[in-house]
Amino acid sequence: MTDTNLLSVANLSVGYSTSQGVVNAVSDVSFDVRRNEVFGIAGESGCGKSTLIRALLRLLSNNGVSTATSITYEGEDVNSFSDDKFRDAILWKRISLVPQSAMNSLNPVYRVGDQVIEAIRAHRSVSRSEARERVEFLFDVVGLQPELMRSYPHEFSGGMRQRAMIAMSLALDPGLIIMDEPTTGLDVLVQEQILRRVREIRAEVSSSIILITHDIAVIAEMSDRISIMYGGKIVESATAIDLFESPFHPYTLGLKNAFPSISVMDNELISIPGTPPALIGEESGCLFEPRCPFSDATCAQILPQSHSVGEMHQVSCHRHTDVTELREKASKKSTWHC
Amino acid sequence: MPEGFERGLLARITRTVGEHYRIIHANPLSRIGFWVVSVFTIVAIFAPWLAPHEPWAMQYDSEGSIASLRPPSLEFPVGTTHLGYDLFSQLILATRTTLIIGAVSGFISIVIGANIGLVAGYYGGKIDEILMRLTDVLYGMPFLPFIIILIALFGRKLEFVILAIVLIIWRTSARVIRAQTIAIKQRQFITAAKARGCSNLRIIYRHILPNVLPLLLLYAAFNIAWSIITEASASFLGFGDGTTISWGGMLYELWLSGKTRVAWWWFAAPSLCIITLVTSLVFVSRAYEEVANPRLRKR
Repeated sequence: MTDTNLLSVANLSVGYSTSQGVVNAVSDVSFDVRRNEVFGIAGESGCGKSTLIRALLRLLSNNGVSTATSITYEGEDVNSFSDDKFRDAILWKRISLVPQSAMNSLNPVYRVGDQVIEAIRAHRSVSRSEARERVEFLFDVVGLQPELMRSYPHEFSGGMRQRAMIAMSLALDPGLIIMDEPTTGLDVLVQEQILRRVREIRAEVSSSIILITHDIAVIAEMSDRISIMYGGKIVESATAIDLFESPFHPYTLGLKNAFPSISVMDNELISIPGTPPALIGEESGCLFEPRCPFSDATCAQILPQSHSVGEMHQVSCHRHTDVTELREKASKKSTWHC
Repeated sequence: MPEGFERGLLARITRTVGEHYRIIHANPLSRIGFWVVSVFTIVAIFAPWLAPHEPWAMQYDSEGSIASLRPPSLEFPVGTTHLGYDLFSQLILATRTTLIIGAVSGFISIVIGANIGLVAGYYGGKIDEILMRLTDVLYGMPFLPFIIILIALFGRKLEFVILAIVLIIWRTSARVIRAQTIAIKQRQFITAAKARGCSNLRIIYRHILPNVLPLLLLYAAFNIAWSIITEASASFLGFGDGTTISWGGMLYELWLSGKTRVAWWWFAAPSLCIITLVTSLVFVSRAYEEVANPRLRKR
């Protein structure tokens, strides 16, 4: 089992200290990423998915503190690494990031190609011309003409900058690429182009990908396994097919309702009422309880544990045994909005 | 510095110079300023060859009497002093001193200011606190008493005049660069650079510095202008280097001679030089101000 796991994270929590108290942006998150897979993390804005990544890569802002029982990458206990060691040994070489709003992630005063060259040469002792060849190859992989290396970021469209960032993330053949909202802010056509590129790249290189998005359609299309986050916790994890064909958690059921489907034309979209929790201070019950139409007395009192409901399928819900009833009710609008 | 930096260095310098020339030339006032500064620079470089007389040599007229306190004429374009020294020659040689002081103090002060600003702004917290309170202390330091003490301790030497100017003048550039650094470090590409495993120093000097460069050049021009004014004030009060000539020093000599009310040319020449050079430098800085703050640009 450990052999197939590239990255294992156990009980990762992140707290931000603010003037109103500690915000538990991520609490007790555990997950594994296997070799050669796309692992999707989905959830609405503010559910902690970006914080999770920042904690993993040690990019938290000064007021953020992360703790974890263990973080293992390729069998190494990276949780015990000092920041300097982590930066030198892991960052970019073995885990790279396509940051959120990658469109603004290029330094405006350098040529795009030079920035990728810099990224390569910061970690590998190769000559400029060798690095340049590598960048030409990478540009080709992401579908940018090599001549564009000499352009400045402002001369690129959003989609091109995104592709340049993906090229940069591939530069050192990392085992794991984290893509934080790679398609947010792009129009549907460019989105499709980018996703097609990512799929092609995945066929060519053997990197695993963690894909983070709030776009259920994107994640369903791209991922092998998916975890759904809510309020800083993973509420349900399953393979992509299981998650969409037999969801257990009421939140997943709600999310499914809230996204349009092409196959069922006159399907009315149903939103989940209420707002995400503030995450300040201690919560006793299930975080989704205030918005959940199926909640009962236990839900408000006791934090649900993770239950295994199938092969590779875990859900944190007290009512996971009543799933048939929940699924039936969840498809009706009256269940969510009275 | 990355390897292979030397290769193409010449090409890089040519490109950079060309870019700056374009920036300055885009603005008519800056263009004038640029040419005036260039003329002064050429005068400074060739001063010993350009000066028609020794600065401290008595001049005689055709009748053999000392040419004392002569107003501007063909023979003495800007007149003479009460001791018959040629003011034109003094002016030319003083250009050299003034420009050296301006350029050296301007350069050193911007290097100090930029580094303190970048480090304080980037690291924040305690480091920022310490460096900025240090800057505050300097803001509270009155310039003249400071230079008087320094000169009293070490003597009237060019180096100490420069030191005194540098120690005072970096404060404004440090504050401005710090503010700009704080704004830039929030930008997404800095986070991206961190995720790429860039060290702090690399982020400061490779990613933030080029983005504050227009502001830096603007303040470099300001600092040079202020150094020249400051040196002139110090020299006028008798705290300049006594062994070299500077424009402020010429005014000091005038004051000592007691001929202020008579020798208007003696007063006008160095003053006009100071005003022209400082104004030209400010005009040049306008061009960089437009790069740093595009809203100033005329549409």
